[in-house]
Amino acid sequence: MDIPFTTKARPDTGLYNAKLGIWLFLASEVMLFGAFFSAYILLRVGADPGAWAHGLMNVPIGTFNTFVLILSSVTVVMAWAALKAHNYSLYRNCMVITIACALGFLVVKSFEYAEKFRHYEVWMKDGTRMTGHIDYQDGAVKKHAYLWNTKTLSKKKIESIAFTPDAPNEWMPGQYYPPMTKEQLEHVKKHDGKGDHHHEAITIKSADIQRLSAFVPAHSTFFAIYFTMTALHGLHVLGGAIVLSYFLFRGRKMWQADPDHLTNRVEVGGLFWHFVDLVWIFLFPIMYIL
Amino acid sequence: MSDHTHDISKHRKIYITVGVILLIGTLCTFALDHFDSINLKKKVGMLVATLAALAIATVKGGFVAGVFMHLSNEKKWVYWVMGITIFCVLGLMGLTLWGMNDIPGQGHQFDLKTGLPK
Amino acid sequence: MHTATHTDVQHGTHEHGHEDIGFWRKYIFSTDHKVIGIQYGITSLAFLFLGFMLMLAMRWQIAKPGEPIPFFGPILAQIFGDVAAKGIISADLYNTFGAMHGTIMVFLAVVPLGFAAFGNYVVPLQIGAPDMAFPRVNMASFWAFFIGCVVMFASFFIPSGAAQFGWTSYSPGATTTPGDGQTYWLVAMILLITSSLLGAVNFIATIIQLRAPGMTWFRLPFFCWAQFVTAFLLLLAFPPLETAGLMQLMDKVLGTSFFLPTGLFVGGNPADISGGGSPLLWQHLFWFLGHPEVYVLILPAIGMVTEILANSTRKPIWGYKSMVYAVLVLGFISFIVWAHHMYLTGMGTKISTFFQATTMIISIPSVVLLTCLFMSLWGGSLRFHTHTLFALAFLPMFGIGGLTGLPLGFNFSDILLHDSYYVIAHFHYVVAPGTIFGLFAGVYYWYPKMTGRKMNETLGRIHFWLSLVFMNLVFMPMFAQGMAGMSRRMSDGGATYAESDGILGLSAATIQSNTAISHAAFALALAQIPFIINFFWSIKKGEKITSDNPWESTTLEWQTPTPPPHGNFEKPIEVFRGPYEYSVPGHPGDFVPQNEPHKKN
Repeated sequence: MDIPFTTKARPDTGLYNAKLGIWLFLASEVMLFGAFFSAYILLRVGADPGAWAHGLMNVPIGTFNTFVLILSSVTVVMAWAALKAHNYSLYRNCMVITIACALGFLVVKSFEYAEKFRHYEVWMKDGTRMTGHIDYQDGAVKKHAYLWNTKTLSKKKIESIAFTPDAPNEWMPGQYYPPMTKEQLEHVKKHDGKGDHHHEAITIKSADIQRLSAFVPAHSTFFAIYFTMTALHGLHVLGGAIVLSYFLFRGRKMWQADPDHLTNRVEVGGLFWHFVDLVWIFLFPIMYIL
Repeated sequence: MSDHTHDISKHRKIYITVGVILLIGTLCTFALDHFDSINLKKKVGMLVATLAALAIATVKGGFVAGVFMHLSNEKKWVYWVMGITIFCVLGLMGLTLWGMNDIPGQGHQFDLKTGLPK
Repeated sequence: MHTATHTDVQHGTHEHGHEDIGFWRKYIFSTDHKVIGIQYGITSLAFLFLGFMLMLAMRWQIAKPGEPIPFFGPILAQIFGDVAAKGIISADLYNTFGAMHGTIMVFLAVVPLGFAAFGNYVVPLQIGAPDMAFPRVNMASFWAFFIGCVVMFASFFIPSGAAQFGWTSYSPGATTTPGDGQTYWLVAMILLITSSLLGAVNFIATIIQLRAPGMTWFRLPFFCWAQFVTAFLLLLAFPPLETAGLMQLMDKVLGTSFFLPTGLFVGGNPADISGGGSPLLWQHLFWFLGHPEVYVLILPAIGMVTEILANSTRKPIWGYKSMVYAVLVLGFISFIVWAHHMYLTGMGTKISTFFQATTMIISIPSVVLLTCLFMSLWGGSLRFHTHTLFALAFLPMFGIGGLTGLPLGFNFSDILLHDSYYVIAHFHYVVAPGTIFGLFAGVYYWYPKMTGRKMNETLGRIHFWLSLVFMNLVFMPMFAQGMAGMSRRMSDGGATYAESDGILGLSAATIQSNTAISHAAFALALAQIPFIINFFWSIKKGEKITSDNPWESTTLEWQTPTPPPHGNFEKPIEVFRGPYEYSVPGHPGDFVPQNEPHKKN
């Protein structure tokens, strides 16, 4: 006996098996991301004053990523509609765009992460705090420092760092070390700190540093939850892209064997994809804007 | 499940229209933060900005769920699930707000011997 | 009728592509729900044994603190090194055994046995389906579980040892304990949770979509209803723990501070963390799963007991519909009681009263279930097989477990009893003489369907009576110990407090009862030997069954050949009646199978 209702819907429920299965799975995913969103609320409400980083996210890039995912959502449902209309080449083209968007999203995300890993906050022993970038000499080449922290300074026996500060951040007092002239401060404020090397580097002695941290998960609870949620979301994007690629590359064979079966699988894959898009629709304003 | 075999082109137009709506929604969210001249976040404060951002996100999510995930065809499910969800959210949020400031040792103190308020 | 062996394939003219798929696809990477059920069963029984061994080592240390374990001591010293030097269980190793005993018993033994093993084998048969809805997902589910088990087991052998901060792994303690044991625990949990989620999706989809024609919702055997609700609990309650597990893993591996508060000191030094986290967050996320999890532990067993009682009493279950509604309500309410595990976290009376109220309310459906089962015995004509004995004993044991939960559910009495031996006694009563007796009953009951032979009745009775007596001797005194103030998780059994007799309230007599309890535990271990012998011996030498339906049951799994072939039913099956048509007045036989058509006049 074959398993019934794999392609035909069961009369009393109106569903075929995989459709029910994916909706159940999405229910558990709602609980998963819901728990993360609840944790976000709790962590934010309970954060120490001045410890919740604001305005450090690159909003245009985030918006671009949102556009990319929305586009992929449109194309994946168009792919399913194409199969329903027995138009295989349209299906194939839409799937290619969907997967390209997925990969594009991940590439942009990895650039964002890399940018964060070379952006630092430094707490001085006298209580001042600054954000900025660190450069160092590797032979004749000037390089960005990635993923340094307080321990790196003692491990690599670094006595002072070349630090390029950003403009004052809205979430913490903007004192500078050593104290800047008015012109230097104006220059810094004008360039708003978004991006590297808009102003000159200052030298900070390691002995004066209380804590140094890149914007990595360990920096603060904001970055902890930001990286955890976006990484988990990114894993879902990757997983979805892999599944959709499978439907793209094996599609011709599956279409010839049983067209309804492929159509249903694409519908189910599309439902997962839309859920991933839904999560990003909420993640984007919460992480980037608010 | 409703039959989509005819009027697929009508559905394609709907998908593209909704896609454009979503893009516009995204631009609105972006506007909440970015453009200095209409930087709503600074002008109207965090609470309004939060509500606006979440409202836009909910509307966008509603379009994705309703149109792309075909939930607008399954009205009964939507009403039941959203109904239970809203009930639970309101209930749990209500509980949290009601019990948030209730910390042992604050408020009325009672004499351990007599059981009467001090 | 047939007593087919594994290689005997029953098929009519229906061609199912049943060429020989080779040993690996047939027995190892199988997508057949029966094979997967047996795979889960063997793995979970092995871990049940391991968890039991861990407990025995702990009980030795509690009764005789600081004394080397005879015979096994040197072996432990070899495996664990310093922490078991000279065969003595050190405090660290005790904590490790305690944490792993809990984790293994809950996540690797009882749930996989009750839900996954028996569920996978029996549910598709009972609903008249050829297999589960998603056979390949089913296989993936088992292998994710298996790899999780391997990781969990491997954690014992890493230099820093396995997790040692309780099965509840509260942060910041679990995060700041040095070593990688907790990391292994978290990785294993993530794998196990993934496995459970996939399994839950499979069960729900199967029960909704693959019921045979005529199998309406209210003709489902209660076991299927119990599995259905359990699957929903797993589906919706496990993800928050996965979230918490991921966050704790980030805390351990990447130094985040999800659960680590500002100003934390570790070993006298300020911790090198960002702070800003919340230990309470872990507790909320953990117990949001933790409470539905205990219903996951009990519901499959209640389902099995229901099936067996109906069969053994030769009469329908009293209040079947009430039981169905009760189990649905139970499932729903189980999501809103979790903070009764957290009464001592400094919550105010408003919130603790809310959770106290919901905890009291949830006892109502539990009582309904138990009452219906008790009432089902009235007027029954009992056939006393071994599985009947275990199912009957389940009822009062679960009753004691449930009733003793009431003082724990009230916020004021919990102040005394929280984290005491009373809690240990309560939950062990529900799980050990409760669920595990139900699972034993299931093993004895369904063994003939899986193997074609019955287990030996004499050995079964010895196993039953000894287990019943010693289970009670182990756990009953613990209620008194808990009420006297004895804390749980004390690696020396409270010996440190022995000098405090009369001063701190923990009497020497309370501590001395540790010895009697430990002796009972060792006797309980010996009582399992007849079962282990029986289990393996009967595969080859058990009494062969003479019919496919040796217990004369009405449910569909008994209307198949033994063991059921791939695809289960030779021809499509149709259901005409309810699941418990025993002793139907006017009917010539004393039972009517569900798939027997109504006679035309």
